[in-house]
Amino acid sequence: MSRAARIGLFLAVVGAAGMLPVFLSSFRLFQFTQVCVYAIALMGLNLLTGYNGQISLGHGAFYAVGAYTSAIMMDRWGIAYGWTVPAAGLVCFVAGFLFGRPALRLEGLYLALATFSLALAVPQILKYFEHWTGGSQGIVLSKPQAPWGLRLTEDQWLYLVSLAVTAVMFLFAVNLVRGRVGRAMVAIRDNPVAAQAMGVDLALVKSLTFGVSAAYTGVAGALSAVAIAYVAPDSFNVFLSITFLIGIVIGGLASIWGNLFGALFIQFVPNWAQDISKAAPWAIFGIFLIGFMYVMPDGVAGAVRRLWIRLRSRRVSQKLGDDAVPSEAHPSTPQGHRRTT
Amino acid sequence: MTGRTRTAVLGAAVLAALGLASMASAQTPGVTATEIKIGNTNPYSGPASAYGTIGKAIGAYFKKVNDDGGINGRKINYITYDDGYTPPKAVEMARRLVEQDQVAVLFQTLGTPSNSAIHRYMNQQKVPHLFVATGATKWNDPKNFPWTMGYQPNYQTEGRVYAAHVLKNHPDAKVGILYQNDDYGKDYLKGFEDGLGEEAKKMIVLKQSYEATDPTIDSQIVNLKNSGATVFFNITIPKFAVQAIKKAHDIGWKPVHYLNNVSSSLGTVLKPAGLEASRGLITALYMKEVTDPQWRNDKGYLEWVAWMKKYYPEGALDDQFNAYGYNVAILMAYVIKQCGNDLSRENIMRQAANIKDLELPLLLPGIRINTSPTDFAPIEQEQLAKFDGERWVLFGDLFDAFRKQ
Repeated sequence: MSRAARIGLFLAVVGAAGMLPVFLSSFRLFQFTQVCVYAIALMGLNLLTGYNGQISLGHGAFYAVGAYTSAIMMDRWGIAYGWTVPAAGLVCFVAGFLFGRPALRLEGLYLALATFSLALAVPQILKYFEHWTGGSQGIVLSKPQAPWGLRLTEDQWLYLVSLAVTAVMFLFAVNLVRGRVGRAMVAIRDNPVAAQAMGVDLALVKSLTFGVSAAYTGVAGALSAVAIAYVAPDSFNVFLSITFLIGIVIGGLASIWGNLFGALFIQFVPNWAQDISKAAPWAIFGIFLIGFMYVMPDGVAGAVRRLWIRLRSRRVSQKLGDDAVPSEAHPSTPQGHRRTT
Repeated sequence: MTGRTRTAVLGAAVLAALGLASMASAQTPGVTATEIKIGNTNPYSGPASAYGTIGKAIGAYFKKVNDDGGINGRKINYITYDDGYTPPKAVEMARRLVEQDQVAVLFQTLGTPSNSAIHRYMNQQKVPHLFVATGATKWNDPKNFPWTMGYQPNYQTEGRVYAAHVLKNHPDAKVGILYQNDDYGKDYLKGFEDGLGEEAKKMIVLKQSYEATDPTIDSQIVNLKNSGATVFFNITIPKFAVQAIKKAHDIGWKPVHYLNNVSSSLGTVLKPAGLEASRGLITALYMKEVTDPQWRNDKGYLEWVAWMKKYYPEGALDDQFNAYGYNVAILMAYVIKQCGNDLSRENIMRQAANIKDLELPLLLPGIRINTSPTDFAPIEQEQLAKFDGERWVLFGDLFDAFRKQ
């Protein structure tokens, strides 16, 4: 896709999403705000797992840290939510970086276990520091009003803010993966030894990626605290981390825009499952998940990519005749990941 | 008309329609001439899913009400969603009920964390948040939260009842406590410690906590035994109460064992834990236990059984939660009936806050529902009972929290 077409598509999607407050009820906007929040969190996890190959089963912990940072700043120190979101990102960047350093020694399953321990520990730690976090009672927040006298409801304003943040984080992520750092990340994922031989500083890039990934998820957590107006340790259980993993696989590993579909999936499919069967909603969810994996094993982004290649190769073969037909299959990387363009 | 004018007219028409639609329901949301919408969230999945049968029982009772002609000519449209015992889902489902389904009231939403999450929202939206299925003390706060009302005797009161009994009957005991590390567990703990007063520091030798997401609490029980405790206050939800009772029995620990009321169901807790292992357990009751043969010929019990067989045949006849759901649904139907034809949210709240000496079929004799604009705790009386290997045997007098304070 040409650069102009890409920019046009981005603006069109953001524009269309921005129009939703006109058509949707407060409740639906609340749900779509959650979609934006999840999209940001999934972008974070995807940077780490999809692009850099480090599996994390603990991103719920960074989400919680972000949410609580925001809640504590708003509730205890009276700071406006606008400042708490970047602050949460910063705190989580540091937390992620600090976690990433010792985690350098760990690969694959061992890293997954280490991050899983984070997911288990954080809710309990939150309950322990009762003075700051309100313990198991949590912290109740107020939703912010639209500023500058704009005639928007709280839900509409929050949605637009979340949308704006999502768009900005999206651009930043795309920029990151297309640049030098992004190539270094992917190189480390595909072949760490070769990457090191080419001069990539493994330790630094991996830790930085962890930091950035945690920052993204922290920003998402902070936004969700404002949207739900309540944080409690019960909100950040182990299943949340697993849900994020589901989201990035559905959306497509090593894709930034695919995370939007992952977010839509993890927000709406559990509700659909509940509407279908009150008795066993998670069984239905499982069926959806399995079905999805069967039809689109590379996630939404992967499926679209393959479709695009097929369309493009057909167009090229039509232009050049049957002599020169590029292969349809993308060369597979050692771990079976599709590389991004 | 030009394209632009057409768009403007269409847009205006849409806005006008939306405006009209919202106005029509603004007066009495969730109510029409033929139906009233009642919303509910329950944990049908997750660690607290044992409670999910309450939501189903309520639905089954409302079906009976509808079959009998409804209330003042209106059928009950009962809408219930799963919140998995997690606050974010509870918020989402409550918003769905209030904003999308436009229910008149939220009824018997279950779980302290879920209700905590929607507490402020319900009061901001001015939607009756009635008879919440949690005994946390904070639901009785009409001054600050005039739209939220509790139902069962609150946890602090119950804790005090046990403390009073310990002080009277086991003044030299060493007390060990197992509690769930959240609002609910800490509420019970506070009531118990407050009830022991100055003796608390001396008597309590060990407190152990657990998370609702923990797979097992066996190690906590072992620790409690090793602390030398002779009295055990067991603050656990059903899933963990079973483990606690079983483990204590397995390791040969036989303290005076107080079990919180929320896990006192014979079918869900005592049977799986083992009836022999459960012998000697003490709890505080406010309802007739459906497994107690003394109620075999009781009118209220027989009506309940008949209803279960007809409307909720897949429900267990020894599960106290099914009796709980039935009882509280009767209370809700009563409030709706008292509203007559004025089913505005204000009037529903007013009627709920004006119940005098109401008897419900499955409350213990002598226990009455009482509410007033300053008293949002419908049930404030309890009686202690001991498990004799077969059923809960009541003993002692009715403990009236209202008068004790």
